[in-house]
Amino acid sequence: NITDSDPDGRLTVTDKDVKLQEIALAKNEGKELTKEEKQRLRKEKKQHKKNKKDDKGPPEKEKEKEKASVPAPSKPATQSPAHKAAPAPVHASESAAAAEKPAKSKAELRAERRARQDSERTSKQGKKEGGQQSASSKPKATPNELQPVVKRLPEHVQVDDPAALKKLAKKLERQQVPLRSDYGYKVSLFSHLHQYSRKSPPTLQISIPATVIHPSIVRLGLQYSQGIIAGSNARSVALLHTFKQVIQDYSTPPNEELSRDLVNKLSPYISFLSQCRPLSASMGNAIKYIKKEISNIPSQCKEEEAKGKLQACIDSYINEKIILASEAISKYAIEKISDGDVILVYGCSSLVNHILCKAFEKQRKFRVIVVDSRPRLEGREALRRLVKKGIRCTYVLISALSYILPEVSKVFLGAHALLANGYVMSRVGTSQIALVAKAYNVPVLVCCETYKFCERVQTDSFVSNELDDPDDLIVTRNGKSHLENWQTVKSLGLLNLVYDVTPPDFVDLVITDLGMIPCTSVPVVLRVKNVDQ
Amino acid sequence: MPGADKETELSERIEAFLSELKRCGSGAGSLRGSAETARETTSLLRRITAQARWSNAGDLMEIIRKEGRRMTAGQPSETTVGNMVRRVLKIIREEYARSRGSTEEADQQESLHKLLTSGGSSEDNFRQHFTHLKANVIEAINELLTELEGTTDNISMQALEHIHSNEVIMTIGRSRTVEAFLKDAARKRKFHVIVAECAPFCQGHEMATSLSKEDIETTVIPDAAIFAVMSRVNKVIIGTQTVLANGGLRAVNGTHTLALAAKHHSTPLIVCAPMFKLSPQFPNEEDTFHKFVSPHEVLPFTEGEILSKVNAHCPVFDYVPPELITLFISNIGGNAPSYIYRLMSELYHPEDHEL
Repeated sequence: NITDSDPDGRLTVTDKDVKLQEIALAKNEGKELTKEEKQRLRKEKKQHKKNKKDDKGPPEKEKEKEKASVPAPSKPATQSPAHKAAPAPVHASESAAAAEKPAKSKAELRAERRARQDSERTSKQGKKEGGQQSASSKPKATPNELQPVVKRLPEHVQVDDPAALKKLAKKLERQQVPLRSDYGYKVSLFSHLHQYSRKSPPTLQISIPATVIHPSIVRLGLQYSQGIIAGSNARSVALLHTFKQVIQDYSTPPNEELSRDLVNKLSPYISFLSQCRPLSASMGNAIKYIKKEISNIPSQCKEEEAKGKLQACIDSYINEKIILASEAISKYAIEKISDGDVILVYGCSSLVNHILCKAFEKQRKFRVIVVDSRPRLEGREALRRLVKKGIRCTYVLISALSYILPEVSKVFLGAHALLANGYVMSRVGTSQIALVAKAYNVPVLVCCETYKFCERVQTDSFVSNELDDPDDLIVTRNGKSHLENWQTVKSLGLLNLVYDVTPPDFVDLVITDLGMIPCTSVPVVLRVKNVDQ
Repeated sequence: MPGADKETELSERIEAFLSELKRCGSGAGSLRGSAETARETTSLLRRITAQARWSNAGDLMEIIRKEGRRMTAGQPSETTVGNMVRRVLKIIREEYARSRGSTEEADQQESLHKLLTSGGSSEDNFRQHFTHLKANVIEAINELLTELEGTTDNISMQALEHIHSNEVIMTIGRSRTVEAFLKDAARKRKFHVIVAECAPFCQGHEMATSLSKEDIETTVIPDAAIFAVMSRVNKVIIGTQTVLANGGLRAVNGTHTLALAAKHHSTPLIVCAPMFKLSPQFPNEEDTFHKFVSPHEVLPFTEGEILSKVNAHCPVFDYVPPELITLFISNIGGNAPSYIYRLMSELYHPEDHEL
C-alpha cells in the first residue's frame, strides 16, 4: 500500500514514502545506505521533531539527533567536540537545502552559531585526532607547544558505565556491526573491562555474505578472536595486509572524494575488529598512519593512482617499521650477546626469536632457557623455532623461575607497547621475570620497535588490560578437573589476564631501532617522532 | 612364639609405612597431609617402644635411630618423619633425666664451659636401667600424639587475630593448614581470597573450590599474574612443606616469586606452619635440597619432536630466605623468623640433628 499516512495523520507524498520504505528495506537486508538515503532519513527525523515540539526543545537535543544520524567521519569512539566540528559543514549544507523551507527556527540558527563556534574552538586546540577532519583544512597547532591534550577515554575500559555502553551499542548499530556480549562472572576488580568467550565469536551474528564489512576483515576478526593470529607484530602486519586488500577492492562512489570516503569506510571495519579483540598499541599507530596518508591524498589524484600510492605507503610502513627495524635491533642486540652466555626468554616474541637466530648464525656460543606459563603456553612455539635452528634450549614453567635463575646471565624480553612514563606493557608474567631477575642481579634487556611506543601512561595492570576467556584456566589432571563447573559456584571467579606492566626500575636497557636507550627516554623518542611527522 | 609374632608384625608395619612413603613422592602434593604422616610416624614409634626388646634408654635410642634412618631414607623430602623421630629421642632423654633425678635445665644449657669440659660424658649416662622408663616414655609419646591432633585447630583459632574484614588475601597452591585457617576466619569476617594455581600440578584449583564452597569470594589466577595483582593484596598467607633451621622455608615452587613480589609491595608474608614441620636442616646443601619429578608434567610426550633435544626441568620445591618472611603462625603462637633457632633448641637435642 503505497499511500500510507504517517503518524501525524497527514497524507505524505507517495514518492517520498516509497523512498522511505526502500530505505527501511535496505537497512533490514544489511545493505549499506547511500549518502542520499541517509540524508533523507535525517530530514524525515528532523521534520518529525519539528512537528512534535516547536521551539521548546533545547537546541542541544536537535544537535544530538544530528550527531546521531551523521556517520562518524574518523575515529570509532565518539566524543562531542569531534562531532560538533563535523556537523558544522554538514549542517551548513543542510541549512542550504532547507533554505527552501519558509521559516528557519530560532533554535536552528542558535545551533548553527554554536556549531560554528565549536568548530573554531576545536581547530584552535589542534587536537591530534581532530587533525583528520577532512571537512575543512584547519590549521594544526605546532607540536612544539605544550597544548592541553583532550584525551578521550577508550571505550574498552568503560564497561562498567552503562551510559558508555549504550553509546557504543548505538554507534555499532549505526555502523551495522554486531555487538559482542560479555561472558561469565567477572572479578570485581576488573568490572570495567570486557570478558569474552572464545566459543561465541562476533561473526555468529553477521549475515553471510556481509556486504557492510569486507570479507577479508571478517576473516581477520575471526582469526584475532580465536587466537590464530597472536603477537603484536603479527597482528599489525595482518591488519595492514588486509587494509591493502580493502583498498584494492574499493571504488569511489560518485560525487565523493576518495580521501574522505575511504576513511569513513574504514571506521566500521575498525569497530568490528575491536569487537573481536581490543586493538593493540601497534595496531592503533598503524591505523593512525594509514588514515593520515589517506586524508593527505590530493583531490585531483586519479583513483588508480591514489590506490597504488596507498598500497606503496603500506608496504613501506611494514618494511621500515617492522622488518628493517628488527634487522637494526638484531645488530645492536648481538653486540650484547657474548660467548658462553645463558639467555633467558619468556613466551614467544617474534623479535627476540629473530635476534637469537641471527646471533646463532653469527657463530655466537650461547644457550637459551625458555620460560613458559599457563594457560597460553606460547613458549612451546618459541622452543620449536629455536630448536629447529639448532640452538641448545632448556624449558621450564614460570613457577620454577627461582630455581633456574642462578644459571642465567642475561634476560631478553619482548614488549607489546612502551608507555610514555617508561613502563613496559607486555605479556602477563614479564614483570615477574624482571622482578626475580633484579633480585638475582641479572640484567634485563627489553627489545621493542619504535612503532610500538604509545603516549598512554599507566602505573598498574588493572586500569587498562585485556581479559581472556576464563575457561582457559580449566585443566584436566588424572581425569579430574576441579574447576569444570566454576560457573555454578557463586563465589568462585577465574581471572585470565593478558597483559601486565613492568616498572622501569626493573628494566636495565631497551633496544630499539633508534639505538639502545633507557626506559625513561620513551617520551623523548615520541616527541622526536611527532616533530618529524 | 608371641614375641616373634609381635616382632614380625612390627617389621611388617614398618615395611608398609616405608612403601607408603615411597609411593607418596609423586610430587602432586602428598596423598595425605604432613599431619597424617607425623601421626603415623609417632604411633609407629610408640609401637616400637612398646614391642621392641630393650633394657636401657641407650638401647632404645639406638633402635629408634636405626628405624628413623631407614624411614627418612625412604622419602628424604618428607621431613616430618625425621622430625618426629628427633622429638621422640628428645622425649626419651628427658624421661631418662627425670628418672635419674637430675634437672633437665642443667643438661640443656649449652655453655662454653660445658662444651669444653663435658665432652662425651653424656653417652654412658643412658646405660642405667629404670623400670618405669617404658611407661613414662609411652605416656609422653601419647601426649605428643594429642598435641599433633590439635595443631590445625590451634592454628585456626588464631585466625581472627590476623584477618580483618574486606581484606584481600593471597595464597598459593594447596595447604590444609591455610585452608582451615581461612575457613575459620570466614565464619565471622568477610574477605576475598586470591589463589595462585601453582602449575604444573594446579593444586590451587582444589583449594579454590574448597574455599568457595564455604562462601568465601575466591579468584583463581595463573602463576604468571602474581606480580600483576599483588598491588591490590593486603596479606599473603602461605603454608609450607618444611621450616628450616635458619627460619627459611622449603615450600612449593613459585613461593619465592610470591615472596619477592610481596616484599616489593611491602605486603606482609605470613606462614602458617605447625611445629612438627620445623626441621634442623640448613639450606646449604645444593644437591640435596631440590626434588624433581618427571618433566612430562612440563613438556608432555606429545611434543615428541623437540623433546629429545631439550632439557626440561620440573622442580617441586623452592627456597624462601627468612628476610622475606614477616611472621610464623604455629600451634604455639606467632613468632618472627629470627626466633626459630630458639624453638628448635626446645624441641630437639643438638646431638640428634644428625640421625
